[in-house]
Amino acid sequence: MSAAPESMAATPAPVKGRSLWVDAWNVLRRNRAAMVAGALIFTMAVLVVVGPWLSPWDYAQTDWDNVSIGPDWESRHYFGTDALGRDLFVRTLHGGRISLLIGVVATLVSLLIGISWGATAGYLGGRVDHVMMRIVDILYAMPFMFFVILLMVFFGRNILLIFVAIGAINWLDMARIVRGQTLSLKHKEFIEAAEAQGVASFNIIRRHIVPNLLGVVVVYVTLTIPQVILVESFLSFLGLGVQEPMTSWGALVNEGAQEMGTAPWMLVFPATFLALTLFCFNFVGDGLRDALDPKDR
Amino acid sequence: MIRYALSRFLGAIPTLLILVALAFFMIRAAPGGPFDSEKALPPEIEANLRAAYHLDEPLVQQFGRYLLNLARGDFGPSFQYKDYSVTELIAAGFPVSLRLGGSAMILALLLGVTAGTMAALRQNSRTDHAVMAVSMTGISIPNFVMAPLLILLFAVTLGWLPAGGIGDGSPRYLVLPVISLALPQIAYISRLTRGSMIEVLRSNFIRTARAQGLPERTIILRHALKPALLPVVSYLGPASAAVITGSVVIEQIFGVPGLGRYFVQGALNRDYTLVMGVVVFYGALIILFNLLVDLVYAWLDPKVKYA
Amino acid sequence: MALLEVEKLNVRFHTPDGEVHAVRDLGFSLERGETLGIVGESGSGKSQSMMSLIGLLSANGRASGSANFDGTELLGLPAEALRRIRGRRVGMIFQDPMTSLNPYMTVFQQMAQVLQHHEGIGRKAARARCIELLDAVHIPAAGKRVDMYPHEFSGGMRQRVMIASALLCRPDLLIADEPTTALDVTVQAQILELMREVRRETGASIILITHDLGVVAGLCDRVLVMHRGEEQESGPVDDIFYRPQHPYTRALLAAVPRLDRADGRRLAALGGSGSAAEAAAAPVQVVRTAPDRAAPPLLETRDLKVHFKLAPERLFAPARVLKAVDGVDLALHPGETLGVVGESGCGKSTLARAILRLVEPTAGHVTLLGDEITAAGKKAMRPHRRDMQVVFQDPLASLNPRMTVGTIVAEPLQTHFPGLGRAEIRRRVGAMLERVGLGPEHINRYPHEFSGGQCQRIGIARALVLEPKLVICDEPVSALDVSIQAQIVNLLMDLQAEMNLSLVFIAHDLAVVRHISHRIMVMYLGRVAEIADRDALYERPLHPYTQALIRAVPIPDPELERAKAFAPLEGDLPSPVNPPSGCAFRTRCPIATPRCAVETPELRRIDGHLVACHEADRPRAPGD
Repeated sequence: MSAAPESMAATPAPVKGRSLWVDAWNVLRRNRAAMVAGALIFTMAVLVVVGPWLSPWDYAQTDWDNVSIGPDWESRHYFGTDALGRDLFVRTLHGGRISLLIGVVATLVSLLIGISWGATAGYLGGRVDHVMMRIVDILYAMPFMFFVILLMVFFGRNILLIFVAIGAINWLDMARIVRGQTLSLKHKEFIEAAEAQGVASFNIIRRHIVPNLLGVVVVYVTLTIPQVILVESFLSFLGLGVQEPMTSWGALVNEGAQEMGTAPWMLVFPATFLALTLFCFNFVGDGLRDALDPKDR
Repeated sequence: MIRYALSRFLGAIPTLLILVALAFFMIRAAPGGPFDSEKALPPEIEANLRAAYHLDEPLVQQFGRYLLNLARGDFGPSFQYKDYSVTELIAAGFPVSLRLGGSAMILALLLGVTAGTMAALRQNSRTDHAVMAVSMTGISIPNFVMAPLLILLFAVTLGWLPAGGIGDGSPRYLVLPVISLALPQIAYISRLTRGSMIEVLRSNFIRTARAQGLPERTIILRHALKPALLPVVSYLGPASAAVITGSVVIEQIFGVPGLGRYFVQGALNRDYTLVMGVVVFYGALIILFNLLVDLVYAWLDPKVKYA
Repeated sequence: MALLEVEKLNVRFHTPDGEVHAVRDLGFSLERGETLGIVGESGSGKSQSMMSLIGLLSANGRASGSANFDGTELLGLPAEALRRIRGRRVGMIFQDPMTSLNPYMTVFQQMAQVLQHHEGIGRKAARARCIELLDAVHIPAAGKRVDMYPHEFSGGMRQRVMIASALLCRPDLLIADEPTTALDVTVQAQILELMREVRRETGASIILITHDLGVVAGLCDRVLVMHRGEEQESGPVDDIFYRPQHPYTRALLAAVPRLDRADGRRLAALGGSGSAAEAAAAPVQVVRTAPDRAAPPLLETRDLKVHFKLAPERLFAPARVLKAVDGVDLALHPGETLGVVGESGCGKSTLARAILRLVEPTAGHVTLLGDEITAAGKKAMRPHRRDMQVVFQDPLASLNPRMTVGTIVAEPLQTHFPGLGRAEIRRRVGAMLERVGLGPEHINRYPHEFSGGQCQRIGIARALVLEPKLVICDEPVSALDVSIQAQIVNLLMDLQAEMNLSLVFIAHDLAVVRHISHRIMVMYLGRVAEIADRDALYERPLHPYTQALIRAVPIPDPELERAKAFAPLEGDLPSPVNPPSGCAFRTRCPIATPRCAVETPELRRIDGHLVACHEADRPRAPGD
């Protein structure tokens, strides 16, 4: 029969293969910065959820005895209080909830629009693709931040609108990336092979296209979350984001910036939390890109 | 080349129109008007006001009128600053913003490209790690966080530089705002330059140049720099948008009397024409800049055909 | 004294997975004016050994030993001194002319830099010299083209530019690393001819690195065979080809199908471990199926056309049309192998995709087992797909990286026999994998864990698990090393005999096609130039293109190559977007007449061949 290299004849026991995900995990695990950053994000997420219960204070509650004091363990204002006597520790964590929530939800919004738009354009190709991507190009040239600011100003500052508005900005990148990836996948020979076998379109998308898009999408999700958090903080900083007494890191930094001469802790704590989170997401995103980017294989 | 430029320029017109239309109809769709002040105006006065500003006409007609005026460079009167036209306000604020934004862009390009190239040439060295660490910081710390921190350090604590305003217009006043505005861009550009430079240095034509015995300096300056900078050139479009957006908050923090401050105040006061004016003006600027970037790219890359 | 004397050259790379010893104790000497061929498969260390000599190893590589170049020890030479040797005394020619020239500089800019740096001559003198050299490598209108960018040149022209740049400072040694591998065979013949000319006129020594034994036979005085970083054998070219001593050399020679022989010898398959002795030992006859020509054809196409609309160059310009396949008729009988050959852009891959309905035919008919499938919808097509499968060129790209080998091979079964039980699927997949030479231990592994040859076996298993009647192989061995290529060709022929398959075998390598096919079809710019039985086609080609193509293929036989006296086809392949009028080949045809520009030749039957040429039956002087 055929000439089988003799090395193959030896061990006929099924061996568990290493999938690309396992390979990627092995690469990622060796990236200490990304692993530490990932752990920090996890800690941060847990902290903003359970943290507020660790303090006797409520985020909107005023402590008239301790207005604008620095970090103080006796009164259990770990991070101090603001000009209205509200506990900064609780407010920072509470703001973190909002910031992280917006980060995740708005990213999902952009993901949803971006993937549908990009995958459709890429898969259908031709004229449809041309028109759809031309729209993306035009929108790309728009000063979107200004529009979001207008939206906030004219339609009131509600959280839902923030989600939608921010998601609507970020989908453009996602659409471009997903389209590019779909286009290159579409011409891959394994897709053609599946078509030649008569595999149904739905199964081609489910088994062949989606799993191969996943890597890129995961990378860009981790890189989009910090961008979204940044946009939200930007809006909140301008006073156009979430409404008092609710707060977010951007709003806290804004308050802190106004009082920094007299109460620097009001700036330092929320600024640190915000920067640290963005730092960690960027590190994880970079690490994931190194691990999942097929270019390096 | 001229034909290419012309055709690209014509191609930008629909984008501009969409920009104007989007801004116009969005503002008009918003609840609340410019005359919603604390005390209600008598109905006939409000009607007169509306007539004077043509707010009583059908929307489409208003839009047409607006476009027509725009074509003549007339952004209409400001609702808030009653004695000024929007054109005058833009003319007053823009030079200040341009100085700030322009300096930031130039600084970002110079520092970003230099740092990125240095990091790429000594990949995995201490220089490389340092540049990348600084750049990661620049990306992760938003400018509105960086700005107050810089003020806290250099103005409040050390007292080396003024904390805000433009004072007599001396460059000292610009140092902190420009740095805050440029820092994220320096970070992006250096990362971008590093990445593309590393990729270019791995390419086959660089191997050819080495095989021809050219000195490393020539290889980098004559062979590698141009292709490595192409991604940076295309990033300049989004970068200009980011700098303009960033200048809004930086001007606010440092109290710089630029266009961004007018915008925020106009937005908070529902000054339709002013907000429209700034959005259209900045939007047009960004579109124009993108166009310029495209032309520069086409000029640099011989593979782009001027069809 | 020899120009280059290499002794005990060792090259090691430090990688995250440990040290790789890429070249071991290599030694050779090269006289002035001599041409040395270094032959080996991928990973044999043939390129790295040369790169180490001129200090171009990647940063993690270290070379040790000695390399004396005209009295100078190259290894350990300071960077500055090495730089003065590179480009000035040693010229390099690389494989891929598409990427080896700087796309952002004009040809003049990059060539002038070399002159300015090494000889310090002015712009004007440099310009004259560049034009002179471009002229010497036969670039038409050199004075004008010198100011063009590389992308405005065709592949063959770029390689000429590359050679001209290497010759700028009149080097004593030219190192050519696979200089013709990326080129079409007619263009390869031009470049090889050019290299002979260069050698004649400059007297430079040449080191030619290649995997192609045919190229070596035609160009080299001496040959060095490498395998896994070590020299296997070296000597004068005739000794290596006619009296090979080392089993690896013998096996390598036996693994290459010969264009000039019809001896039906089975290709020697070198074992994975490199134990080549038994492979080279006894030539075995191939098992070739006998096609059933009496039976109705399994597959038929009539006037099949695939035209692609390209994006217009300008916004309102009329859309351009690329006629990838422009009226192809073919018939394939049960058990038959039809070889399809042609150079890049001839439409052979598009033809395969059109038959498989992966691209929609623009016009014409495809009939499979008597059923017209040209217009069948997706659903109606599905049952036909069971009879018609495909094997692609790139072994890794044709397997989904996220699926295990087991699921990949099982997918066709699940698609066509949804009722099949898990156990039955597993049994059939296991049996199929065994048939292509893979064990059950591979079933849970992922494609990236396999070598190229193994991936191609998986691709074949996937195509054959449904027991189809027809398999279309689109360049299935082009991406593989010679020894692996032999394994896959043998496997395909064995399976064909076992399962009575019909094959459409598409390739640009004429020797492989001759080895595997019963009948062969030659395509040029979307049209059929000639169809004939394999031996008839090779022994008496009637179409001038077929003749040129066959003569352009270098044969691994030094005497035959030396005796070859012919002018290779001139020019490059025209673009299929804007093909010449009438007969598309007329622009390069040695016997074209005015009629050829006006009238498109139809396929005619002459001497059992089908030929599309007005002049095919006109008597011609032999050997023109």
